[in-house]
Amino acid sequence: MTFQKLTIQEMRQKLISGQLTSVELTQGCLDRIKATDGQLNAFITVCEEEALAAAAEADQQLAAGNAALLTGIPVAVKDIFNTLDVRTTCASKILDNYVSPYDATTITKLRDQGAIIVGKLNMDEFAMGSSGENSAAGAVRNPWDTERVPGGSSSGSAAAVAAGQVVATLGTDTGGSVRQPASHCGVVGLKPTYGRVSRYGVVAFASSLDQVGPVAGNVEDCALMLGAVAGYDPADSTSVDCPVPDYLENLKAGVSGKKIGLPKEYFIDGLDPDIKKGIDAAIETYRQLGAEIVEVSLPHTDYSVACYYLIAMAEASSNLARYDGVRFGARQDSGDGLNGMYQQTRSAGFGDEVKRRIMLGTYALSSGYYDAYYLKAQKVRTLIRQDFQHVFEQVDMLLTPVAPTPAFKIGEMVNDPLQMYLSDIFTIPTNLAGTCAMSLPCGFSEDGLPVGLQLIGKPFAEAEMLQAAYAFEQATDWHKRAPEL
Amino acid sequence: MKISQKDVEHVARLARLTIAPEELSALTEQMDAVLGYVDKLNQLDTDGIEPMAHAVPMSNAFREDDIKPSIGIERALQNAPAAGDNCFTVPKVIE
Repeated sequence: MTFQKLTIQEMRQKLISGQLTSVELTQGCLDRIKATDGQLNAFITVCEEEALAAAAEADQQLAAGNAALLTGIPVAVKDIFNTLDVRTTCASKILDNYVSPYDATTITKLRDQGAIIVGKLNMDEFAMGSSGENSAAGAVRNPWDTERVPGGSSSGSAAAVAAGQVVATLGTDTGGSVRQPASHCGVVGLKPTYGRVSRYGVVAFASSLDQVGPVAGNVEDCALMLGAVAGYDPADSTSVDCPVPDYLENLKAGVSGKKIGLPKEYFIDGLDPDIKKGIDAAIETYRQLGAEIVEVSLPHTDYSVACYYLIAMAEASSNLARYDGVRFGARQDSGDGLNGMYQQTRSAGFGDEVKRRIMLGTYALSSGYYDAYYLKAQKVRTLIRQDFQHVFEQVDMLLTPVAPTPAFKIGEMVNDPLQMYLSDIFTIPTNLAGTCAMSLPCGFSEDGLPVGLQLIGKPFAEAEMLQAAYAFEQATDWHKRAPEL
Repeated sequence: MKISQKDVEHVARLARLTIAPEELSALTEQMDAVLGYVDKLNQLDTDGIEPMAHAVPMSNAFREDDIKPSIGIERALQNAPAAGDNCFTVPKVIE
């Protein structure tokens, strides 16, 4: 039996009413993964036994009338989340044999809500990439066109939802890694405000930018997943102690009277015509829904890619120093002493893109260059955040494209890292500013590839942003289309 | 050129990475392209601008120094490439 057309809420109703058991649902999900993952490569690890055992347990809870938010619902998570007694590889050879000794806080929260974790999703190695191609487990393919990339770095998280393998997933977003693949795969992806969701137990890439975010097939499911994982965590000193609202409660509030800003720097010449068409239609839809559309300016937008990559690479070079073959990881040692062991382990274990970023980050932090690169980037970051502070005095939220083009072909950009970095231009600024943003489907290209729309909300205004997303989704039917697999 | 092959070899030593001789020239070119691009930040006057380290305002997070359950030695060592006597084992450092 297949269930890929059901939403979380529909699954939940069927489970509670007894029309469906969690074992049936989980088996259906595992069958769908088996049937489609040969084409997509979205999963690194499928936890069949553990998932079916958890589903049987969930069925007992459901029979006893103890249904939490996600009891019996199968979900999957990016292979960057520590999951007790299951491999967590970050799509890297260096962590190929790493088995998590604990659960990330977000995983504990999912389990507390009764979710069944069916597996770990493919990604760009250590979340470094915008295409899903930088993976020791092989490239992920886009369900809408398997010759194309699904986006990245949460490539599997978006592809799995688009293909109906699972109803919802968790990814991470450091510079667009949830929103951009969600856009390329025609699903909904949300990057919460920095500090909204705990990062404890999530393998670190760039700690001042990383944030956990949900991917789902529609806005309501995305809101439900966010509510399940959000909140303060004493184990993450950067998580913020501020109450989590019920994101479902006022989801239907609409956008009438809301002021939506269009940052003029995001509507540049050279924007792909397919993207422009989708975004222009979305602006018109919002106007008809009663929102006031105004042009605003984020003057430092053009500096954000340079600023982001310096900060992200510097932080990555520091965070990835821990992969030295001592406490975990695949050690390589030909007897050249401790330094030799470090070098051999790291050189054999990291892929090309990860090495490139460690090298650039190390250079930017090295003696004599720190002020010119890292400190300069941190100052520019302040200017970028101030841009957002200023526009949020004028408008309630922003509307922009997610990516400058629809999904590109596999292999098209692998030899030009800088060009690949530049494709993150519309998603990066929100990570630098720390504010929340999401991607939702707003059309298709001439070639039948999904086009995404980005909403950017004020810090901790996820509820308001989700209301605007929900209003758009109700007025359109892009989210109802599914790829044929 | 912002960066030479010699610089790249030096950075590789700092990062504890070995760059294969046949990869050195391509990597130097790619790093040079990125460093050339990020140079555009110098177009901005940032005198008097505070550097930003965190996305949200925060100060040190303090907590009471209480003893709480932790994952334990066995769990902590379960992924170690080499371990013995409840310790991680590394190649000999001191002759």
